[in-house]
Amino acid sequence: MFGYVRSNGGVGVRNHVIVLPTVICSRVVAERIAEIVGVVWIDNQHGCGQIGVDLELTERTLIGIGRNPNVAAVLVVGLGCEGVRPEKIADKIATTGKLVEHIVIRDVGGTLKAIERGVSITRKFIQEVSMLRREEVDISSITLALECGGSDATSGLVSNPVVGYVADKLIDLGGRVVFSETTEVIGAEHILARRAVSREVAEKLLEVVRRVEEKAKSMKVDLRGGNPSPGNIQGGITTIEEKSLGAIYKAGTKPLQGVLDYAEPIPSKSGLYFMDTPGQDIESIIGMLAGGAQIVIFTTGRGTPVGSPIAPVIKITGNPETYKLMEENIDFYATVIEGKETIQEAGERLFNEMIEVINGKPTKAEALRHWEFAIHKLVSTF
Amino acid sequence: MGMSVFCSGVFGRVAVVLHKGDNVATALMNLCRGCEVVVWRGGEEVRVVLLDDIPFGHKFALEDIPQSGYVIKYGEIIGRAIRPIKRGEHVHVHNVESLRGRGDLEVSGGESVWVC
Repeated sequence: MFGYVRSNGGVGVRNHVIVLPTVICSRVVAERIAEIVGVVWIDNQHGCGQIGVDLELTERTLIGIGRNPNVAAVLVVGLGCEGVRPEKIADKIATTGKLVEHIVIRDVGGTLKAIERGVSITRKFIQEVSMLRREEVDISSITLALECGGSDATSGLVSNPVVGYVADKLIDLGGRVVFSETTEVIGAEHILARRAVSREVAEKLLEVVRRVEEKAKSMKVDLRGGNPSPGNIQGGITTIEEKSLGAIYKAGTKPLQGVLDYAEPIPSKSGLYFMDTPGQDIESIIGMLAGGAQIVIFTTGRGTPVGSPIAPVIKITGNPETYKLMEENIDFYATVIEGKETIQEAGERLFNEMIEVINGKPTKAEALRHWEFAIHKLVSTF
Repeated sequence: MGMSVFCSGVFGRVAVVLHKGDNVATALMNLCRGCEVVVWRGGEEVRVVLLDDIPFGHKFALEDIPQSGYVIKYGEIIGRAIRPIKRGEHVHVHNVESLRGRGDLEVSGGESVWVC
């Protein structure tokens, strides 16, 4: 397989120039710059009125997105008065050795001047990164993020087990796999805890699940309705336990090496990791990409159009009706329920598809420019 | 007695039982009330006459489940019957509750059950 080898040794499967607003107030300027030059922008809704751990989490996520090896160059756009400091974000990204510059709307004198300045910087960036070439790299350089969304009964029966096969195979070849969504471990945590490499890892997993369940219970309502969602329920999922037991199949069968905080850098050691994220798909994917994952496989039963701004998202379903209905959004249909292939055969086919996408084949979400972005928040703004 | 449905393939059937300890099966096509469905649970053949229409992906009971009895799928507890469920009945949110994330039980002073 072929990727972009960065100066810090990271391997990108894409070569993006991104425009990264540090605050919601600079979001529109960032979008205009990106649209003029034809590059990706990050739809950051936060960065102001945040304090303490919540501020740190937003900073860690934005820095992680900028540092991701799929990103070749970053223009940071700030307003100038926000808590998330543009120069700090730019500096932390720049230690990777990639091209980074920042502009501050207040300093350059408003929207039009900021757009003009931003366009001239990103124009230069795209010419420079276009000179970079893919090189032959080993598959052990890949960190695969797993996501499931719009789950139904087929997720646990077909698509998650198929992805579990891919996860196991990638780990056998020296890669890393990260999965997430703590809410969707409720009811299945005892199974994952048994797979932990140490007592500490098992205890941390049980602790993050306990914490999220307590948080849900503090709302004094039944979690059901929020999770499983109305769509999950229509698709045959009755309880969060049933959803979770189906969801963990995507994590394959390998030992659990570690439990990471949201957007925490994923360790370089080969193996399976869990990241503590919400069950909301976009926040979950962005947390794992900020942790350094270069590619996402996303299982769905009900269908979803979601992608990401900086990484290819391969959508897979095992539901024949959903594939027929939403083929324009779904990359891969595992035909197991129709009896045309086994879980292993579909897994082998999906692994090959993943390699093609790594080598540059755009996913449907990339072709349709699905650049959904969201950051998990811990508390409300002040 | 309705018609008997059975077909072959990889999952191979009109419905699937995922673990030998399960008391529910999952429909792999829309199934009609009155049909007799044949499923395999471990090595055992189970014949069930459906008491409800069962949509694709939904569950039906393989045996009578008493009120407060556990519903088992993947060999694990997925919830608890809130009323007696008959063999062949649709098993879903109308007759099964979750044991987890039940903030509503705390507000009414009811028990909150943990199964880890």
